Amino acid sequence: MAWSEILLDTLKANAVRLVTYVPDNVLTPLIQGVVADKFFSSIVATREDEAVGIVAGAWMAGLHGCVLMQTSGFGVIPNVLASLVVPYQIPAILFVSERGTLGEFNLGQVLVSRTMRPTLDALAITYHTLADQDRLHFMVDRSIKQAVATQCPVAFILSPLLTGGKTFKS
Amino acid sequence: MPVADASSSPINALNRTDLTAKLAAKLCHDEAVIGGIGNTNFDLFAAGHRPQNFYMLGSMGLACPIALGVALAQPERGVIALEGDGSILMSLGCLATIGMVKPRNLTIIIMDNGIYQITGKQPTATHYGTDIVAIARGAGISDSLWVRDGAHFAELIERPFTSGGPKLIAARIDDQPAPLQTVRDPSLIRGRFMKGLGTGRGGALDS
Repeated sequence: MAWSEILLDTLKANAVRLVTYVPDNVLTPLIQGVVADKFFSSIVATREDEAVGIVAGAWMAGLHGCVLMQTSGFGVIPNVLASLVVPYQIPAILFVSERGTLGEFNLGQVLVSRTMRPTLDALAITYHTLADQDRLHFMVDRSIKQAVATQCPVAFILSPLLTGGKTFKS
Repeated sequence: MPVADASSSPINALNRTDLTAKLAAKLCHDEAVIGGIGNTNFDLFAAGHRPQNFYMLGSMGLACPIALGVALAQPERGVIALEGDGSILMSLGCLATIGMVKPRNLTIIIMDNGIYQITGKQPTATHYGTDIVAIARGAGISDSLWVRDGAHFAELIERPFTSGGPKLIAARIDDQPAPLQTVRDPSLIRGRFMKGLGTGRGGALDS
């Protein structure tokens, strides 16, 4: 089973029906799976903070959702995390495909990726780096349940070790 | 860059406090209202707290995305986003998203005074001619209108909030601040809002 299929099944098992995203190459199989499956409602957003805002509104109105973005997209959302998600106790579920490491070819991606974990630490947001397919379901399933139970967001960083990442084509 | 004096009010400008009170008086079906940052949500609060009101204390520009999320989750409920011109200019992309998704139960109301009022009345792009209604139409929200006067506003909010959307109503308003400020307690605001939408988890704690 591919990593994207495991994630789709785990989202379904936790009734996470709304998926907002800003597209990313590495996330393509996950996005395609969401769009193809009537269980999910998917919305392509113009910015990652918008995608988080939609999921926050939906959660408060009873529909659980998650946001898909790439590392540079995470650079867009510290303000919405700090002024909406964390203080209003929204259990937003964030999936970030990790760029900037393990074979990155774009210096800008390297630098923005260095801001991601320190930002999550500064906001005391729980996050996990997903690198091992065998543990994928357990980590995501348990963490979504924890997010809902404790009304706290969670971020999952999808390592190139899991997804293969994006590699330089010469 | 042009530098203009934004201290003068637009001709025939309406007043946000008055329009918001008129809107609040019309809400009789537990419509959800998302108040954008600043005077927009202060006036919503000043119009009288309702359990279905959500007050933003940050996340500038995200009233419409939050309202879109509520509208998708509860398609039978009318949902209204209140935003200022500075806020919507920060997130024009969300108009394209709403124009694409076309939630029939979503109404956006833009209070346009042509200034970043709360930060010191610096002029916004709308002061120099940027037309929010034209942008919204171009983004796919075809039912987008400028309010002509108070009677026209009353007419526009007479329409059902549960159908016919997405709609955008934009009003040119004066530069008066709201009469009071919202209670700044995010977890309280969220808890009350969720109770108002029937999604609270409080059980006996809510009674």
